[in-house]
Amino acid sequence: MRPKIFILHATGTNRDHEAARACELAGGAPEIVHINQVRAGERRLSDYQMLVLPGGFSYGDDLGAGRLWAIDLLYPLREQLERFMESRRPVIGICNGFQALVKAGLLPGDGQRSTFNVQRSTLTANASGHFECRWVTLQPNPASPCIFTRGVDEPIYCPVAHGEGRFVPRDEATLAAMRAAGQIALTYVAPDGGPADYPDNPNGSVADIAGVCNPAGTVFGLMPHPEDHIYPWQHPRWSRGERGRMGLVLFENGIRYAKNL
Amino acid sequence: MIIRIEVSPRLPSDDPRSRALLAQICALGIDTPVEARISDLYFLKADLTPEQFDRLGRELLADPVTQVYRVPDSESPCQVIDVVPHPDVTDTVAENLVRSARTLGIEVQAARTGRRYELYGDLSEADLHTIARQLCCNEVIQTYRVEMTKSQIPNPKSQLWSLGFGIWDLGFGYWSLAGAARPATVEIIPLCDLDTAGLVELSRVRRLALDAAEMATIQGYFRREGREPTDAELETLAQTWSEHCSHKTFKGVIDYEERAAGQVVHRERIDGLLRSTIMAATEAAGKPWVHSAFEDNAGIIAFDDQFDLAFKVETHNHPSALEPFGGANTGVGGVIRDILGVSARPIANTDILCFGDQDLPYTELPEGVLHPRRVMSGVVHGIEDYGNKMGIPTVNGAILFHPGYLANPLVYCGCLGLLPQGAHRRDPRPGDVLVVIGGRTGRDGLRGATFSSAELTNETGQIATSAVQIGHPIEEKRMMEAILRARDAGLYTAITDCGAGGLSSAVGEMAAGHGARVHLECVPLKYQGLAPWEIWLSEAQERMVLAIPPANLPAVEKICLDLDVECSSIGEVTDSGRLEVVYGETAVADLDMGFLHKGCPRRELKAVYEHDTDFGTDYTESSVPSVGNPCRALLALLADPNIASKEFIVRRYDHEVQGATVVKPLVGVANDGPSDGAVLKPLVTTGPEAIALGCGINARYGLIDPYAMAVSAVDEAIRNVVALGADPDRVALLDNFCWGNPRLPDRLGGLVRAAKGCYDAAVAYGVPFISGKDSLNNEYTDRRTGESRAIPPTLLISAVGIIPDVSRAVTMDFKEPGNLVYVVGLTRNEALTPTLSQGERGLLQGERGLLQGREPLPSPLGRGAGGEGGEGWPPQAAPEGPTTMRALHRAIRTGLVRACHDCSEGGLAVALAEMCIAGRLGAEIDLGAVPRSEDVVASETILFSESNARFVVEVRPEDAAALEASLSGSPLGSIGTVRSEQRLMISGLRGETIIEVSVERLREIWQREM
Repeated sequence: MRPKIFILHATGTNRDHEAARACELAGGAPEIVHINQVRAGERRLSDYQMLVLPGGFSYGDDLGAGRLWAIDLLYPLREQLERFMESRRPVIGICNGFQALVKAGLLPGDGQRSTFNVQRSTLTANASGHFECRWVTLQPNPASPCIFTRGVDEPIYCPVAHGEGRFVPRDEATLAAMRAAGQIALTYVAPDGGPADYPDNPNGSVADIAGVCNPAGTVFGLMPHPEDHIYPWQHPRWSRGERGRMGLVLFENGIRYAKNL
Repeated sequence: MIIRIEVSPRLPSDDPRSRALLAQICALGIDTPVEARISDLYFLKADLTPEQFDRLGRELLADPVTQVYRVPDSESPCQVIDVVPHPDVTDTVAENLVRSARTLGIEVQAARTGRRYELYGDLSEADLHTIARQLCCNEVIQTYRVEMTKSQIPNPKSQLWSLGFGIWDLGFGYWSLAGAARPATVEIIPLCDLDTAGLVELSRVRRLALDAAEMATIQGYFRREGREPTDAELETLAQTWSEHCSHKTFKGVIDYEERAAGQVVHRERIDGLLRSTIMAATEAAGKPWVHSAFEDNAGIIAFDDQFDLAFKVETHNHPSALEPFGGANTGVGGVIRDILGVSARPIANTDILCFGDQDLPYTELPEGVLHPRRVMSGVVHGIEDYGNKMGIPTVNGAILFHPGYLANPLVYCGCLGLLPQGAHRRDPRPGDVLVVIGGRTGRDGLRGATFSSAELTNETGQIATSAVQIGHPIEEKRMMEAILRARDAGLYTAITDCGAGGLSSAVGEMAAGHGARVHLECVPLKYQGLAPWEIWLSEAQERMVLAIPPANLPAVEKICLDLDVECSSIGEVTDSGRLEVVYGETAVADLDMGFLHKGCPRRELKAVYEHDTDFGTDYTESSVPSVGNPCRALLALLADPNIASKEFIVRRYDHEVQGATVVKPLVGVANDGPSDGAVLKPLVTTGPEAIALGCGINARYGLIDPYAMAVSAVDEAIRNVVALGADPDRVALLDNFCWGNPRLPDRLGGLVRAAKGCYDAAVAYGVPFISGKDSLNNEYTDRRTGESRAIPPTLLISAVGIIPDVSRAVTMDFKEPGNLVYVVGLTRNEALTPTLSQGERGLLQGERGLLQGREPLPSPLGRGAGGEGGEGWPPQAAPEGPTTMRALHRAIRTGLVRACHDCSEGGLAVALAEMCIAGRLGAEIDLGAVPRSEDVVASETILFSESNARFVVEVRPEDAAALEASLSGSPLGSIGTVRSEQRLMISGLRGETIIEVSVERLREIWQREM
C-alpha cells in the first residue's frame, strides 16, 4: 500500500508536479491539493501520511518569501496541521515550503512537541542580493534526528533556485540549541566536502545551513530542490558520465517512515 | 484613518539592497554616502487599535529576525528619497496585504506601498535628484520626493503627518481614481466631412498611427453606414490595423530596387513579403509534422506520438526602453499567453537581449534615454521575476551589445509549450458564451499597439505612462492552471489572449468568422470610472478570452472558484457577422467583421537596397588586417562583452524548474561552459525524444549586408540545435525582425534583403518557418536636435529541433584527454570579425585597459551606424551545409561524438577556447589540417573566420574511423587532440606555434566582470 502524500498547492506554487513525481518514484501516492480544497472541506490532512510543501512563489513572495503562506498555516490550516504533526507524520518543506515553515515558527521549532512557535529564525535575501540557480553539494548530518536524511552517508547533489534562502537564526543561543539537538540536518559543502564559501554556499546562510528539522526530526525543510534530481539525466554532467547522490533518497526515507507509522 | 508603517532592516549594513545601492551611487560618480537604509512603506486605510497595529507589524509586515517596524520617525537625521507607484500602477503587494490582514481578522480597507531611501552622507539636493531619477525611481510608473535634512523642517510633529500625507497625495491619487464612478459616455468622432488633411490631423491628434489612405478607407466605410464613428470604433480600427497587429509592411506591396554603384541592377514588385519569402519557405519544406504555421498565436509542430510543441517569440522593445523591468516583465507574460492561447502548457522561456554600451559616460546619455546599465539590470530583473514566478525555466538566450541599441534596446521573449495532440480547439459556435478570465481591467496599457508602431522620442516617456505596465506573474500562473484544467476537460471551443488591443482584438479575432456581442458593463474592473472605449481597448495584463458552450459554463466557473481565478461572462458569439459592443443600453461599437479584418488597404511601399561594392573582392594575405599577436587577439575576443561569459545573468533565471532541463545553459566540469542551447525532456513524455532549443543572431553582419545576416542567423540557429543532437530534418524556425522605419526606402530595402536571405537559407536546409513577428519603427528621434537613431537591423532566428534519442544529446565541453578533435565544415575567407578590431584597440590601450573594460569603445562597425569603419566580410551561405549537418547528425545519433560546439562569433579560435574552458582540459591543434577554401591563406583567417556550417567535434580515438566514414564527402579535418595539461596550443600554417595559453588564463578573461 503506497502511503498517501498530500502536496499542498497555494497560489504561486510551481514545483508541485516535480514533487509529485519524486513521491511517485519513491513509492508514494501523491495528490496535489489546493489550499481552497482544504478550506472547503473537500480534503482533510488527516487522510494522508505525509505532507509536502513544495517550492514556488506562493502569493508572489509578497511581504517576504513564505510569509503569506505561513499565515495560511497559522490560521486556516492550524488545527489540522497541529494534529498531523502531533501524530509524528512527516512534513517536508522545500524552498518556498521551507520558508513558510520557518516563518510560521514550525522550524526550527522548540522542544519535543511539534507545534507552532514564535519565529526564531528566518530565511532572508541572499547575500548576493539576487536570485540564483545553481547546483550545490549537501552534507547530511549523521547526528541529526531528521527522518528524511537518516542513513544518507554521502553528499546529496541538487540545484538551488531562490532569492531569499539565507538562513539566519535570531541569536547565538538559537543556533547553539539547533546544533545541540542535531537540527541542522543538511549543510552546504564544497564539492570536495570542504567548507563552503560562495558560491558553494549560494546564499550566505549562517553556518552553511541548507536544511533544518524540528527536534523530533519529523518536520524538515530545505532550500535546495531534491525533487529536481530524481533521474540520472538531470545531473548537469551526465554527459561526462558523472553520477551523484540524487535527491530522491530524501523522499524514499520520508515515505518509508510514513509507511511504518 | 490613514496609517503609515515603515519596515526597515535591523542591520542596514547587512542588507544586500543597500549595499547594491551604495555601489550604484558610486558608479554614478557621486561621493558615496556613509550608509544607506532602504525601508518599505505601507499606507493603510484602516481604523486600527494599537494591538491590531502591532499584530500587522509583527505577523505580516516585518520579519522578526531581520526587520523592525514602526510609525516613521518625526524627523530624519539624513537625506531621504521616498518613492511611490503612480495611482494606476498595479500594486499586488498591497492587494495581498489587504487579503492577508483579513485572515488575521483585521479589516484594512485599502493599501498602497512605497519605498524609502535614507542616505547618511553629504549629498547635495542635485545629487539626491540624480540618485532618485537614475537609481530609485522611474517616473514613467513612479513618483518620488526628496527631503534634505531635518533643519529644513520647522515642526517635527506636523512634519510627520505632512510628510505622511504628502506621500499619501502622491500615492493615493489611486483613491480619486477609484472613487469617481462616471456615467458611461461614448463620444462621436465626426470624420465623414473631413478632407485628407483633416483626416491625417485627426489620426495624429488621437494618436491612431493610421495614414491618409487608411483614414480615407475608414471614412468611406462610415459614409456607407450613414453615420459617424464612435471613439471605440475608431480606436478598434486603429488597433486592429496597427503595424503591431496586422503587419502592414510584411503584407503590403513593395516596389523593390537593388542598386550597385548608382546603377539599378534588379527591380521587382513584391506582392506580400511574408507570403513570398518566409511562408513560401514553409510551403517548400512541405513537412507533415508542421501542425500550424502562421495561423495561430504560436507555431505548432509534432513532438512524439502523443504531444505537440508550440513555439513563439515576441518582442517588447518600446516598453522596455521606457520601463525596463515592467517592459521585459510584461513581454515575458505576453508570450506565455500566446502559448496558452494555443492550449499548451509553457515548458521553457528564451530571452535574447540587445543593449547599448554598458560603459557609456552618463554625460553622453541623450535626453529621455535610460542608461544601458539600468536598462540591462531592469530587463534582466523583469525576465527573472516573471519566468521564475511562473515556474517556467528560462533555458536559452543571447545578449548583444552595440552602441546602436542605446535608445532602443531589444527584448525578444520566447516561450515553448507542450500540448497533447488535438487539445487545441479553435471552433467557436454562435451561442457560445464569451468569458474573460484572469486579471481585472484597468486604465493600463491603453493604445499599446499603436504606441509600439510609432517611433520613440525624448518625450515618449512623458506621454506613454499608460502604455507601460507592471506584470502580475502570480495572476497569470493561476489563470494558466485554470485554463489547462478547462482544456483537459474539453470545456471551451476557442481561446485567445488579450494582447495588443485588449478585448477588442481578442473578441474581434476569435469571432471573426461569426460575429459577437459584448456587454462591457460585465467586464470586472480594477476601479470605476473607465469610459467604455477604455474598457474595450485596455491592455491590462493576465487576461484571456474563452468561448464556452453554455452547458459547460458551470464547470468552468467551479474550476476558477477552486483556484481563486476570476472569470466573467461578457457576451456571446453570434452569427451576425458584426462586432457589436454595448455598455448597458448604450451602443459603443457596431462594426462589420469583414471590414474590420479585411478592410485595411494594403500599403504601397518603396524599398531600395544599395549593394556595397567596396569590400570583399581583393582579400589576400597582404590585406589581412593585422591581428597582431593571435593569442592576444583571442584573449581580446574572449573579453568582448558579446562573447564573454553571461553566467552572472544566466544564474538569475531558474533553468531547472519542471525538472526537464537535460542540457543546461551552462555545462562542463564546473557548470560554467557556454552551451549551444538547451535540451529538454518533459517529465510527462514517455518516449526517447527530447527537444533542442537554439538561436541565431548577429547584428554586426546586418550593418554590412542584411542578406548575409539572415543566411547566417538561419545557419547558426540550425547548427546550434544540430550540435546538441537534433535531427536537421526535424527542425522548425521562428523569425523576428527588429528594424527601423519601413517607410524609409533604405530601411525597407534592407528588410527585403533579409527576408530573401531567410527564404534562401531555409529552403537550402529544407527547414520550415512556423511563426514570426516583426517589430518595426525602432528609431529614436530627439525632437530638439532632430537627430534620428535607428537600431542596427537585427534578425533573430529561433530554432526548435527534435532529438530522436535523449541519451545521444551532446554537450560542448571537452571530455577526456587523448580524444581527437575534428573540424566539420569548410572555413572560408569570411568575416574577420569586427569585434576583433575592437579588441585590438583594447590591446593597443594596454592589456590592463582591456581587461578592466572601462575604455569606451568606438562604434565597432561604421557602415549604417555613423561610427568609424570596421573590418568585416559577413559569411555567406555554405552550400555544403545541409549535407554536412545531416552527416554530422548521423554520427551523433550513433553515439560517436563526445563533444560538439558550433563555430560562430570569434570563429574556430573562440570555439576551441570555450571547449577547453568548459572541460578544464587543454588541446593541441594544427590549423594546417582545417578544411578550407583555396583562398584561405593566413592562419589568422582560419582562427577567426566566422564561416557558416562549421563545428568542432571531439571523438574517441577508437571511433575516429567510424566518424570519418560517417562524414565522408563532407569537409572534415582531424586537427588535434584533447590534452590533460590545461593549455591551448595552436600551430599555424607554417607549423609555427601561434597560440599558447593556459586554460586558466582563458577562463579568467572570459569570465571577467562586465
